[in-house]
Amino acid sequence: MRKAYLDHVATNPLNPEVFEAMLPYFKEEFGNPLSIYDLGTRAKTAIEDARQKVASLINARPNGIIFTSSGAEANNFALRGIALANQEKGKHLIVSKMEHHSILNPARSLERMGFAVTYLPPDKYGIIEPDVLRKAITKETILISVMHANGEVGTIEPIKELSAIARERGILFHTDAVVSAGNIPVDVKQLGVDLLTLSAHQFYGPKGAGALYIREGIRIMPLIYGGIQEGGRRAGTENVPAIVGMGRAAEIAKRDMDKRYAHVKLLRDKLISGIMQTENVYLTGHPEKRLPGHASFCIEFIEGESMLLMLAMQGIDVASGSACTSKALKASPVLLAMGIPASLAQGSIVFTFGEGNTDEDADYVLQVFPQVVKRLREISPYSQGLGDKEAGKCIRN
Amino acid sequence: MYSELVMEHFTNPRNVGEIADADGVGTEGNPVCGDVMKLSIKVEDGRIVDAKFKTFGCGAAIAVSSMVTEMVKGKTVDEALEISKEAVAEALGGLPPQKMHCSNLGADALRKAIEDYKQKKAGQTP
Repeated sequence: MRKAYLDHVATNPLNPEVFEAMLPYFKEEFGNPLSIYDLGTRAKTAIEDARQKVASLINARPNGIIFTSSGAEANNFALRGIALANQEKGKHLIVSKMEHHSILNPARSLERMGFAVTYLPPDKYGIIEPDVLRKAITKETILISVMHANGEVGTIEPIKELSAIARERGILFHTDAVVSAGNIPVDVKQLGVDLLTLSAHQFYGPKGAGALYIREGIRIMPLIYGGIQEGGRRAGTENVPAIVGMGRAAEIAKRDMDKRYAHVKLLRDKLISGIMQTENVYLTGHPEKRLPGHASFCIEFIEGESMLLMLAMQGIDVASGSACTSKALKASPVLLAMGIPASLAQGSIVFTFGEGNTDEDADYVLQVFPQVVKRLREISPYSQGLGDKEAGKCIRN
Repeated sequence: MYSELVMEHFTNPRNVGEIADADGVGTEGNPVCGDVMKLSIKVEDGRIVDAKFKTFGCGAAIAVSSMVTEMVKGKTVDEALEISKEAVAEALGGLPPQKMHCSNLGADALRKAIEDYKQKKAGQTP
């Protein structure tokens, strides 16, 4: 059976060059970077080399990069670490409703600790408008966190405009760049951010490696206390192979960025124009300001998990934000925040391309997907949705 | 995630459609939560001779719908009323725990279809 992996926003395969770079650190180069004999020094050097490469990917100084176990840890670190270090200045945080759970849940935990949090609503494309942010700022605001790009709808946020507002008011600005860093240009100086989260497996690096960029001179409380690793900001013996892998992946991402960008954008554009030929299909997210490999839709009258299963049976792996697909059995909060009716959000389907995909993959999806939609609509009570008044009202809200 | 039988019924669902001159129709569920099943039955001499469904929902919801329409055929109305959610799930070789509640609508839709049938019948009798 033909296979097409189109869920690169979930994770990516490890680049073979990255794997090669990691291998020695699983074997003979097993030293602890804190040890002062050669074996340890070599491990320390490998980490510093990786730090330099990750810093270079986002145009930061190497000492601004703190390695973590994941993007989720870096997001938790940013929110909790900044909130706790700055609580004497104020106890108000602003995040957007587009954020990942690893921002929203730490924000909620800070609320339980006595902080106030404002959740910014997006427009229908998932964009956080600068004016919406401006109105939410209070004298108490100490941190604003808006993601660079959203993995569910692909929308890229106007971070430069948003961070400028924060800077004017002397408020720290964090962006979760997990799905963008390594895939589109990310420059911390151009974006004007104080903190930024990255994750290695989003750009063909290993799982278990992330980083938080912290601009020089910013105070942050550690999430994990212990030894002096990462300048005392993140304790724990370093995951040397993963960090080395992240460094190599960052280096390759920078080298191949233009090529990868052009490649996935071509496939994405082909898929979007092909799928939009189907009736009662809506593109979610911004039509232009979106990740180059990201094509997301809501398909009316049918449900995401059943689409996902039928595609998987034909070798096509994709994602969905429907309630049935989520372990929490709730429709995607991001789609709902964008004003998409809950019933339509059930028809969410997300295709994300990577460097390994080919033009034939896009053709294959365009051959299979309309049949899947047709088949499920035959089974759906809403297939003649307009004839069934009650159902029609419900599904269209 | 799903049993082979669930996947088989999802892939080749039995009895998809609507009975034009149905004796009873029942709809259960809500698209906001995820799943909706519309079940129609044809009854002759107190026995269900045909059942068809239309379902909006996940793989489990479609498999449950297919299975319940298979289970009711040939049963008397009273026998059909005894089909439980658990029995449908069991006939499918089990359902994931999180799917037991929201996607297992077959037995409820069936109950509604039978109530509808009984009401229509009561209305006809002088």
